[in-house]
Amino acid sequence: MGSLGTFLEIFLQALAAGILVGAIYGLMCVGLGIIFGVMRVINFAQGEFLMLGMYFTFYLVTSFGVLSLLGPVVGPYAGALLAGPALFVLGYALHRFLISRATGVNITGTEGEGHYVQLILTLGVALVLQNGGLILFGSTPELVRTPLSSRAWEIPLLYDETASLFLNKARMVSGAVSITVAAALYWLVNYSRLGKTLRAAADNAQAAIYMGIDVDRAHRIAFGIGTGITAIAGGLVATYNPFQPYIGLDFVIIMYAGVVLGGMGSILGAFWGGMTIGLVQQLSTLVLPVQLQNAAIFVVFLLIVLVRPQGLFGRAAERI
Amino acid sequence: MRARGKLLPPLLAIAILAAAWLALGMLVTNSYYQLMLTLVPIWAVLGLSWNLLSGYTGLVSFGHAAFFGLGAYTVTIALTGYDLTPWLGIPLGMVVGVIAAIVIGYPTFRLRGHYFALSMLAYPMALLYVFEWLGYQEVTLPMKRQAPGFYMQFSDYRVYVALAVALLVAALLVSLLIERSRFGLSLVAIKQNEPAAEAAGIDTLSWKMRAIMLSGAIAAAAGGLYAVVLLVVTPESVFGMLVSAQALVVALFGGVGTLWGPLIGAAVLIPLSETLQANLGNVVPGIQGVIYGGAIVLVVLLAPEGIFWRVRDRLARPHATAPIAELPRASAVAIKSPDAPMKTAADAAPLLTVSGLSKSFGGLRAVADVNFEVRTGEILGIIGPNGAGKTTLFNVLDGFLPPDAGDIHFAGQRIDGLKPNRICRLGIGRTFQVVRAFLRLSVLHNVVVGAYVATRTDADALAAATAALGQVGLLDRAEAPAGGLTNKELRLMELARALAGNPRLLLMDEPLAGLAAREIEDMLGVIRALPARGATVVIIEHTMRAMVRLAERLIVLDHGRILAVGKPSDVTSEPSVIEAYLGQKWAASRAHH
Repeated sequence: MGSLGTFLEIFLQALAAGILVGAIYGLMCVGLGIIFGVMRVINFAQGEFLMLGMYFTFYLVTSFGVLSLLGPVVGPYAGALLAGPALFVLGYALHRFLISRATGVNITGTEGEGHYVQLILTLGVALVLQNGGLILFGSTPELVRTPLSSRAWEIPLLYDETASLFLNKARMVSGAVSITVAAALYWLVNYSRLGKTLRAAADNAQAAIYMGIDVDRAHRIAFGIGTGITAIAGGLVATYNPFQPYIGLDFVIIMYAGVVLGGMGSILGAFWGGMTIGLVQQLSTLVLPVQLQNAAIFVVFLLIVLVRPQGLFGRAAERI
Repeated sequence: MRARGKLLPPLLAIAILAAAWLALGMLVTNSYYQLMLTLVPIWAVLGLSWNLLSGYTGLVSFGHAAFFGLGAYTVTIALTGYDLTPWLGIPLGMVVGVIAAIVIGYPTFRLRGHYFALSMLAYPMALLYVFEWLGYQEVTLPMKRQAPGFYMQFSDYRVYVALAVALLVAALLVSLLIERSRFGLSLVAIKQNEPAAEAAGIDTLSWKMRAIMLSGAIAAAAGGLYAVVLLVVTPESVFGMLVSAQALVVALFGGVGTLWGPLIGAAVLIPLSETLQANLGNVVPGIQGVIYGGAIVLVVLLAPEGIFWRVRDRLARPHATAPIAELPRASAVAIKSPDAPMKTAADAAPLLTVSGLSKSFGGLRAVADVNFEVRTGEILGIIGPNGAGKTTLFNVLDGFLPPDAGDIHFAGQRIDGLKPNRICRLGIGRTFQVVRAFLRLSVLHNVVVGAYVATRTDADALAAATAALGQVGLLDRAEAPAGGLTNKELRLMELARALAGNPRLLLMDEPLAGLAAREIEDMLGVIRALPARGATVVIIEHTMRAMVRLAERLIVLDHGRILAVGKPSDVTSEPSVIEAYLGQKWAASRAHH
């Protein structure tokens, strides 16, 4: 048993942590990716949707007796999943009454002009949600407690009987739920009728309109889905990461990094982009001080984007 | 873009503003309001710096906190670690800002649109964590009681107001000079249509680099002064996302791409947020953010283009465009005539030689081993069915696409692999299949952008542009915005833009597309006159009929290969050409008759 064995154990532990965190990052990126992919809106309020998903889950689990029926183990995950439809409604309404006034078909046609408006609009929305959250929820950090977070599966490593891998049960379940939800969305977008509508609207809004597709409605639905998916990811993060109303800022940048890495407009790409971020974040701790793990994310992000501007999984398409 | 040259009114406005601000600063005794009078100009300067890069070029930066923070930390570290006064620390910070701009700009300008915007976000975020790790969580500027003035520390707060106003005036002057020069017009051209700007000879990368370097320096100066005023610097307060957001919010709120926009935005938003913070922050924490965010949302919905433009549109009379006073009369400008008498095309030396040129996209060979030459003074037509590789050939010739194989010589110089603006500089102009205009600029300014490549001063550029407009017969439309032109006028304007650069070779991609029969006649007349004025012409066209009348020689392309070269009458009777155009059956049936 040498230092190599010890390093291997630490490496595997970091790898496992990276995959588990990456799966959840992947899910949030998918939520942002669908909004970005379908309507090319840079939505700065996405972090706040995540935050709302956390609080929704929290209050559902703690304040409403309904979920205690399901028990402390299933309850939090059911809460996170319920945050999806609830926040879908919010996202849908937000798009209907605010965002659509600054985006929509007529603006996607012009270069540059429309983006400014959406950008600053979503910044305003983010400020309102953040601070409104502070008023409603208070500034005390909360956590959705589950007995699973203090339990772990121990997986013996075969090369050495003293070494083993500890997999936190809460994170394992969160990761599994993330992957399931992302897979379901992947199916929805690629194989359902609704998904075809969304993809048509994303690919060429003008042509989609001529084909009789209600592009505005497609945008609303995409915005709602993106909001709901990110909220589910928020509920899952809430089971292991304490949160307060300003937590969105910490995650919105990770989400954008993941979406750009994956290649904008690709659901699968967004998931792998988020996974890459999770892996970089966790594996960087092997060689860098912990304080620099977020700096490592941005450096790797920049390197990849500069070498492959279309992202890891995107395709370049530009015609002169 | 407004008429340039009239510098006096804005200079007066800046002077009056500075005087009024200073007077206000001298009168106010409440230290809280004094702080406000200092912070507004600082954030306005950051907004101006953002506007310089993003407002004019359209490349939205989410990362201006990188420059702001580097300026702030340079001043702070210089003072705490090396006892260097901020009087030198701020200029040093500006140098750091310029270096950061070079390091950031070169790689990041390869990206466009959203990718550029989001990548810029990563720089301040990475810096934030690095500075935290380096142990600069919270640095306080030490008090220098023995020589406060030397260390930019004043007991009288009004001095800070004066410093902030001085910085604001400097930033406004820099912005004004840029806006009214070829620098500004080049940036706006890049924003409106980057490939067109590049094809018109604008070195887009070099202008963008200059813009980001200046922008970085100004943002760093704002950051440096911010550190001096607040005396405490934390990574979050200078590199944080809210700083980058503030830069763009004040500019967008006030009006993008204008001199006054960022100042208006800062003057409204900073006091609003600070007042809300002070008065409501303790009562209901968070309510100030809700109101501030709500105000932003409201204004964006009511005046999406920014307050400046909104107010201007309100005030402007119906005939908004002011006449361009300094427009020279067409007759006064001599149009360049060829030095040598016209030779017949046949015995002229080749101006452009293309040998072995190939370009593939994946498995598709768009241009396959093409050889031809263009003779000085001729009109050469390139025809071929859809997808024959005609436009790809042009894109390779003028540098938008690098060739996979082969070489291109122009006037004895090898040009393959050069960037479009270099090729334009050498004397090759280009018009596009789908007109690439700077739609928000006037017709004249569109053409002026094309004239920069051939002229040294802005006055010469204006004269050359006017001459080119006269040549295509568009002088009476000089002041109209390009967005309001008809298809024919747009095509003529694009031709004038190419001609203003005084090209020896002109590549025209389907200049007749979408024109009515009579308009085609007008256009043919203009094109026929070009060789006599010193420009050799290569034209791509679909319509065989017009080409037969226009071109002296034709090249027929099909599937990326040259099918035939020769006089129009010979080429059009070639069976292989007929087959490519009309199909095998038709060719066979014709052969029987």
